[in-house]
Amino acid sequence: MKTEKSRILRGMFFGAGFVALAAFLFTGCPSQDRMMDTRDAAQKVYVAPGDHDEYYAFLSGGYSGQLSVWGLPSGRFLKVVPVFSQDPETGYGYSEETKPLFQTSYGFIPWDDSHHPHISQTDGDSDGRWIFINANNTPRIARIDLDTFETKEIIELPNTGGNHASSFVTSNTEYVIGATRFSIPYETDLDVAIDTYADNFDGALSFLSVDPDNGRMDLKFQIVVPPYHYDLGRAGKGPSADWVFFTTYNTELAHTMLEVNASRNDKDYIAAVNWRRAAELVEEGHGRTMSAEYYHNYYEGNQGYAVSNRKDEVTVLYPEDIDENFMYFLPTPKSPHGVDIDPTGEYIVGGGKLATVIPVHSFSRMLEAIDNEAFDGDSRGIPILDYDATIIGEVEDPGLGPLHTEFDGRGYAYTSVYISSEIVKWSLDTFEVVDRIDAYYSIGHLMITAGDNVNPEPRYMLGLTKTAKDRYLPTGPKQNHPAQLYDISGDRMELLLDFPTIGEPHYAQAIAADQIKDQVKQIYELEENDHPNAILGVADNRVERDGNNVHVYMASVRSHFRPDNIEGIRVGDTVYFHLTNVEQEWDVVHGIAIKGAENAEILVAPGQTKTLKWEPQRTGIYPFYCTAFCSALHQEMQGYVRVSAADADVPLTWRTGTN
Amino acid sequence: MQMKTILTALIATLFLVSCGNGNHDVSDDPGDSDGLTDFQLEHGIGPVTERVDLGEIDPARVEEGRSIFRMKCEACHNMEGRMVGPALGDVMESRSPEFVMNFILNPSGMTREHPEGQRLLQEYMTPMPFQNVTREEAKAIVDYLRDYAENQ
Ligand code: HEC
Ligand SMILES: [Cu+2]
Repeated sequence: MKTEKSRILRGMFFGAGFVALAAFLFTGCPSQDRMMDTRDAAQKVYVAPGDHDEYYAFLSGGYSGQLSVWGLPSGRFLKVVPVFSQDPETGYGYSEETKPLFQTSYGFIPWDDSHHPHISQTDGDSDGRWIFINANNTPRIARIDLDTFETKEIIELPNTGGNHASSFVTSNTEYVIGATRFSIPYETDLDVAIDTYADNFDGALSFLSVDPDNGRMDLKFQIVVPPYHYDLGRAGKGPSADWVFFTTYNTELAHTMLEVNASRNDKDYIAAVNWRRAAELVEEGHGRTMSAEYYHNYYEGNQGYAVSNRKDEVTVLYPEDIDENFMYFLPTPKSPHGVDIDPTGEYIVGGGKLATVIPVHSFSRMLEAIDNEAFDGDSRGIPILDYDATIIGEVEDPGLGPLHTEFDGRGYAYTSVYISSEIVKWSLDTFEVVDRIDAYYSIGHLMITAGDNVNPEPRYMLGLTKTAKDRYLPTGPKQNHPAQLYDISGDRMELLLDFPTIGEPHYAQAIAADQIKDQVKQIYELEENDHPNAILGVADNRVERDGNNVHVYMASVRSHFRPDNIEGIRVGDTVYFHLTNVEQEWDVVHGIAIKGAENAEILVAPGQTKTLKWEPQRTGIYPFYCTAFCSALHQEMQGYVRVSAADADVPLTWRTGTN
Repeated sequence: MQMKTILTALIATLFLVSCGNGNHDVSDDPGDSDGLTDFQLEHGIGPVTERVDLGEIDPARVEEGRSIFRMKCEACHNMEGRMVGPALGDVMESRSPEFVMNFILNPSGMTREHPEGQRLLQEYMTPMPFQNVTREEAKAIVDYLRDYAENQ
């Protein structure tokens, strides 16, 4: 083992060089496109008007908090699914039904930073039932249904700082994982000095089970681990399917100026956790029950209001409590970012962000090393495996700053390389680079169609880059983040398309359109509308007063609201418009907006019910109208509410159609 | 003249927003009612292609028809008096059961390709939507409308 001092020196030297080089490369942009003949490229991405794309691509929104959906290969923008941020366009997070989704132990949180979408899997392949995505800031995981493309559930992770290594699923969606990126004290609300980091701070790895019938998550257990920073995670597959892997950085335990202080060690770790054994240990009663505060929000039934459940306990495994080993640390150079498992489940590829090689561990050698107890010490009772015992290859000359890898199922891996802004293709057989191509500019993650599956589909690769600079027409000092589509069906990677995205995509997933397009719902069936305030026939339209709360049970159809004239509202009332769209035709949406409303409009899909809350502050006549161009008589789709003084005695009346 | 331009624009919009449930053929000329069979002219275009034996009015089916009508039709149709669509109180006197069923099951086809449907669309300016009802449910609605016509 090297001395601590030489380690620090080397770290500092490398850190300084790294910064200088980064600065140089960042300002000098790659100049030559390697793109196939323009006409060939155009043909490969051309999807005729009215035809459909081959793939759905789901891109995280990063600081937008949402998930955007695109068609590949055309790069057609399909929609934004609002997840962690309020969306005034649809009323998500403003309507009474969706507000409970944002409830957390820190209150109502209308924004987050969404990073890694992951489609549910069966036997290690994407199955298209649900897509999960993590919130990094106020740690949460969301589940989106892929038949309605709507967020149906959000669960908070307690005692976690920055849920970044998330929301990856195991190969039969038994669990979805989360982890601490910024270690913090595990104890809720603990008030301690920051420089007691080494003593008081911890990481937590979270394991949430997924109900195979309805996708509902449940925080089964957490593992309290040393206060490193847990960066990314992945489940194994095939032989390694019982394991999940997390990268760590900041094994230096720095809590200030991490860019220098957390870049000193030559190696950090990949944590390998036998989740199946951990779950059994929990079953067998080896966990501690700890107090924790978190919220679990979801829709019950078909639609209606999301419910918020406050939870106050969690089961926790402390590795040092248990005399059996169920997790290990694999030393890995140097502040690794991605940890990606090849389609066979044998290779564990680290994206050694500051390393000069791409390290590849062998799963079978890891098991041997465990059997032979080839340990190099431990950290809080977690054995550290000997580097040479698990490593099987180091890919030389990968460029500067390798981050994240996906696979084509034909024996090749593709790694995004941030600082030198390129993608390198390398052989899983020889561990040699066989091709490289520029990315514009500064690539973060990349995605291959089904590229994290047991059976990848080697069609397209999408590079998600961090800066656009001159790639598109300039749109001000801040530009949207690019995505670049490559053809990977041949020996060489070829750039096909370059388009701006929404928010800052950190990761993406793609699934063959044929796999899900027939399951996508066209309407909500009125017969199945179980919203407590729905009206299932226009004859039921009415207005009811309950103290200062006024409930308007309203229906919309082309091209009117029922009721559309309402009188007897008073200043000081809280008015709830429960709008049921009684249309049963695909894509015939109605919205409602009322003058002076302090929230947003709400859009209501056919057969759905949504509630807009309105608190009029002044007397007068308030027009409301349909915000969606629904028909030729859409301009006529409107109504009036009369608001009288708080002490007025105007009776509550409503009507439609009698002028 | 002005009116004509507005009308053309309106109709264009109608076709724009009425999207395809069922058998759209883009090449079809919506103004062309030639090529319809005698059956189609009398009983409409859609999944109902032969006479349907309705038999006696069945009270249970009338009830079923009434509740579907309440949920899925009443927003646009009164029994007496025009609303979004035409009054339906006496529709069974002027139309055959098959025509009504085809209108319910294939409204976009009817308003595009059938001369009566085209005429109605020009008059009402809102395309009647497919309301996600099955053929059996359409039959129940027909019983409800028959019952109404007889007992009003
Ligand atoms: C969104 C409004 C709307 C809804 C809902 C609606 N209709 Fe219609 N309907 C119309 C309009 C408008 C017409 C006239 C044709 C047109 O403009 O498309 C029409 C025409 C008809 C006709 C033809 C009348 C005739 O004189 O030949 C029948 C029958 C009919 N509707 C039955 C129904 C039934 C049954 C339902 C419920 C399953 C229903 N409609 C739901 C708007 C609607
Ligand atoms: Cu409308």
